[in-house]
Amino acid sequence: MAKFLELDKGTEAGIRELLGQSLRNGQVKAVFALRRTTNGAVNYSLITDPQMMEEAVPLFPSMPSNAGQLLSRLTLKGPVEGPVAVVVRPCELRALVELVKREQGSLEGFLFISFTCPGVYPLKASANGEIEGKQTQYWEAVKSGKVVPEIRPTCRACEHFIPYNADITISLVGNKDVDKRCILFLNTAKGAELVKGVGGKLSEGELETAELHAHREERLAEKKSLYDQGQLSGLGMDGLIEIFSRCIGCRGCRSACPICYCNLCTFDSFDYEYEPSTYEEELKKRGGVRIPPNTIFYHLGRLTHVGISCVGCGSCTDVCPVDIPLSAIFLQVGEAVQKIFDYIPGKDVEEDVPLATFEEVELTEIEE
Amino acid sequence: MEEDFMPRIIGFLCKWCTYAGADLAGVSRIQYPPSILPIRVMCSSRVDPLFVISSFLRGADAVLVAGCHPGDCHYQRGNYYTRRRYAVLRKIFEELGLEADRLRLSWISASEGRRFADVITDYTERIKKKGPNPVKKEVFL
Repeated sequence: MAKFLELDKGTEAGIRELLGQSLRNGQVKAVFALRRTTNGAVNYSLITDPQMMEEAVPLFPSMPSNAGQLLSRLTLKGPVEGPVAVVVRPCELRALVELVKREQGSLEGFLFISFTCPGVYPLKASANGEIEGKQTQYWEAVKSGKVVPEIRPTCRACEHFIPYNADITISLVGNKDVDKRCILFLNTAKGAELVKGVGGKLSEGELETAELHAHREERLAEKKSLYDQGQLSGLGMDGLIEIFSRCIGCRGCRSACPICYCNLCTFDSFDYEYEPSTYEEELKKRGGVRIPPNTIFYHLGRLTHVGISCVGCGSCTDVCPVDIPLSAIFLQVGEAVQKIFDYIPGKDVEEDVPLATFEEVELTEIEE
Repeated sequence: MEEDFMPRIIGFLCKWCTYAGADLAGVSRIQYPPSILPIRVMCSSRVDPLFVISSFLRGADAVLVAGCHPGDCHYQRGNYYTRRRYAVLRKIFEELGLEADRLRLSWISASEGRRFADVITDYTERIKKKGPNPVKKEVFL
């Protein structure tokens, strides 16, 4: 049985009050959460002014960028002098953990608040206040415990919607009174410390109810249908060419990917730039060459680099201007690769990235 | 046509074992098909999967990554990392329906000149049966 705190108000208001109070009494130095700016846009912000907490919308169903990437950047040159309360989605937390394993940031000083994640709308819906208009529909679906319609395809297919490393887990999915009661599961001593003095009723219960299990089944079915649509195994080179022929080479997927952290990307370096003689050679073989070359190379290369740690956040698809279903490919291939080593990216910060470690006797079947 | 087809196999050979093994095959005058284009690397773990993908996309009929037997790496652990990376790369090829059997990982020591010749002969036969890598003719890559 896990301990949880029940506050007598709507979930988002409850979080806002808890964090505002923690700022006022100095329990946390700052809060990192989504915040609505004056023109209605929503972005991640670091907040120290308790008044500004009024503008915080920690549960807003949008992911302007994967917060794992942002928090890694925030702590790249050293950990925060905490405690800093952070409200992020499970996949964002997982991405941060993956980056920390690669020495691209630090978890020190953070207090992680996450939630059973209903998913986010695609970024394209953040224009013209479209998401705002969908809020009612979103929260109704959350209450019912159903998969929310029109969210990112990878969100629909996400089975890791319960956070792994959160100090506090907010119950959202299937919480019928999400707008009346705020339910906070206190997973660690740090989490329990934070809610002291905020009032409410402390009880014991399970986060993973039967409804949540049913919800996972629904998401798994969604994943299966996403994979069936993709039909990757029959793709082959022709299929890859068909999918990626519309790639304009903007590298947006790379920028949005929380796992792609290199400051100087191989694909921006001179190493893979063709010499004039290379063009001649290639033309001799093929009779034609797409300019610039190496589009498939870039995507396959990125798969080998980040596949093992892909958390399936869907940011790559979301930013693609030509709607290449990147995240479906990365999710499926990534999962297959992760399965070789029974690895769930971002689950445990103590567990090495599989490519940075080995067993002396393993994988004998791949040697010939 | 198929009779005349001699595959072009890009071989990334570790300096300490497989490259020396190839050398031994040579000085022992063991015959093997002239299909292999050896590239000497300091360790099989120097082979970035991108090298393999690049070779494959640029039209190599097959790629061989070869190094010391596990436990014998000159740098103690290099080939263990190679093995994991190769497993990932191979899985990606399989998942996407690319021809994973145009990739091969073999451990060949410096004393295994015979084995080097056998591996190249066997691999060459396999690729001969498969025919040239169709990716060679693709314009959009």
